[in-house]
Amino acid sequence: MTLVQDLPQVRGVKNIPIQEGFTSGHRTCQGCESALTMRLMIKAAGPRTIVVGSTGCMYVANTTYYSTPWVVPWMHTQLGSSGAAATGTAAGLASMMRKGKMKDEPINVIAFCGDGGGVDMGLAGISAALQHDEYNLLILCYDNESYANTDIQVSGSSPWGANSTFSPPGKVHRIMNKRWKKNTAPMLAAGHPSCRYVATACASYGLDFTNKIRRALTIGGPTFIHVIDPCPKGWDYDPKYSHELGMLAVETGLWVQYEIADGELTLSGPSRAIQSGVRQRKPVQEYLQRQGRFAHLNEEDLEFFQSRVDESWDEWWLPGVVPFKKPEE
Amino acid sequence: MTTTVEEQLFMTEKEELISGSEAVAIACALADVDVITAYPIRPYDTVMQYVSQLKANGAFDCDFIVAESEHSQFEIVKHASSVGARTFCGSSGVGWFYAFEAIAVTAGLRLPVVAMVGNRALDDPGAFGVEHNDALAVRDLGWMLYWVATAQEALDMALMAWRIAEDPRAFLPMALSCDGSFLTHSQAIVNVPTQEQVNRFLPGYDRGKLQLHPDNPITVAPQVNEDWLMEIRRQSNEAMTRTPAVIKEVYEEFKQVFGRGDPSPFIEEYMMDDDPDIVLMGMGTLALPVRVAIRRMREQGKKVGFVRLKFFRPFATEEVQQALGGAKAVAVVDRDYSFGSPSFGGVLFNEVRAALYPLEKRPHVVNFIAGLGGREVRVRDVEEMVEITQKAIDTGKIEQECNWIGVRE
Repeated sequence: MTLVQDLPQVRGVKNIPIQEGFTSGHRTCQGCESALTMRLMIKAAGPRTIVVGSTGCMYVANTTYYSTPWVVPWMHTQLGSSGAAATGTAAGLASMMRKGKMKDEPINVIAFCGDGGGVDMGLAGISAALQHDEYNLLILCYDNESYANTDIQVSGSSPWGANSTFSPPGKVHRIMNKRWKKNTAPMLAAGHPSCRYVATACASYGLDFTNKIRRALTIGGPTFIHVIDPCPKGWDYDPKYSHELGMLAVETGLWVQYEIADGELTLSGPSRAIQSGVRQRKPVQEYLQRQGRFAHLNEEDLEFFQSRVDESWDEWWLPGVVPFKKPEE
Repeated sequence: MTTTVEEQLFMTEKEELISGSEAVAIACALADVDVITAYPIRPYDTVMQYVSQLKANGAFDCDFIVAESEHSQFEIVKHASSVGARTFCGSSGVGWFYAFEAIAVTAGLRLPVVAMVGNRALDDPGAFGVEHNDALAVRDLGWMLYWVATAQEALDMALMAWRIAEDPRAFLPMALSCDGSFLTHSQAIVNVPTQEQVNRFLPGYDRGKLQLHPDNPITVAPQVNEDWLMEIRRQSNEAMTRTPAVIKEVYEEFKQVFGRGDPSPFIEEYMMDDDPDIVLMGMGTLALPVRVAIRRMREQGKKVGFVRLKFFRPFATEEVQQALGGAKAVAVVDRDYSFGSPSFGGVLFNEVRAALYPLEKRPHVVNFIAGLGGREVRVRDVEEMVEITQKAIDTGKIEQECNWIGVRE
């Protein structure tokens, strides 16, 4: 196994590293939360990092030729190849370092993908990457809940009922996307027992996200982080509310923030407060009604949506995380 | 003094009875490849079985990764190559097609990945035998494509492949096409060189200023759109036009170090010294029955020769023109098809015909589709091809440009 960097946990938002790795030059939309995710990700990882990005808005909008925002080495990979790209980069470095063809030093390898590239097309590749304990790598899925680079099409990670260019509400069918969002992070954690670190996060909670990146890169072996990124264009809201919508996703209990480190599950921030009963979940309606993509939902739809979220907290064995019903007392 | 297994294995030059796949696996070890990716599909996967044995027995230190699909298999080596690692992978038939996206971008990024294609018929219907359509599908993308005929050639050309592909003038991927079964599985006596010889011939891979590393923070493959894509395509084309010179140079040096090789790296001529009236042309292991047939026909007094095309990409236009231009008729044997193409012929046929077009005096070019799906091309099939071609010479016109030989009708 190659070396890992020493990236201690950051205490307090003011102690987040000041050095930027994702700077000016990108062309992301106003209010793009994924751009903030990228910025925080590389601040947390530091300069001795190779980033590989699969096709998606964080490729197309970010790396216009001659105006790349990436200060660290960066390379494109195909839509479904974040897992293979991370494996290949890490394997190339590991092999050459072991054979003395390259200086032996810890280099972070991060491959990112959107929800289309990760949750849909690249799932098998990510799964395979998480089996290779001998390589240190992080796969980061930035989830804006649609194929946002190609005009907002529904993905396997889009919420039930969301309006997209492939799931437009019509005169006969009000709800075109009848699929419930995939529960990706727990699927990967449960499916890969030797993978030491899987986490979920949201850039609205920047310190929590920063520390999860740093833990993923120091624990060793392949790791996975799933981040929810509000998208003004795809979700249809005023760009100034991105941060607030990220918070609402967590506060309503729809997006749960946690980490699974060496098999131990720890919820963080509002999710932890909800779990321990310190705080009540906000009604999902407060989150849904702020977004144009849910404007066509009627009372019945909102009730259904709420009931599914309630079920995940009240009836699941690990509330909000694993969809197995609690065993009978 | 103790020696490692690897030193024992490649310390002395020796003759071994091995298959084409085993020869390529040994070349991987001799070339000290860093990252190798595998995914099972017949018949190419035999090379990976041998690679895994070499690694398991401590004869070869590499990162050997069994991917979860051909797509990932080719993506992994692409990225390993970008950080400066020497790489090898391969596939067959529809497996090669499953990796097609990764295969396209590997050439687009000009990463010197070396792959082995164990040529196999495409599904459906299922067939394990050889057809060349799998490898030929990448002919326009910037891959160098070489067709191997013997196990010795597989080993030799694999060693040359890294040297050629990793030359900064090229920086293009290269595929070794090996006919399924006939080459991948058939054993022959192969001269296995020593590690010392290989080290003299093959330097390490240096990605230079294109290496992805924190000490060299570059951005690879940004979004260029119409602003730059045409210039970048032109650069790839320039790289491909530089490859013939690189290949010649490497081939000459190989001959000096290892003491074997043909006069030309691009084509192999057989019984061509007396400018025969009819020249057969084909690729891969087809050469064996064709040579036997030619010897037999020569005994009967027929002036027939054979040109085996080795490099399909880059296509050696001048060599092909010189070799075929003096003939009265050329019989191109395709172990492939190109449905709907000019004259409804094969891929090689149309390439050869295009290459000969600029000549003032052009030979007749007749096409034969044969040996599809691994069907044997028999000596009498070759004789039939020559009879049909002779008819074109005698009558002055080609009755039917594309002829399927050995097919039940």
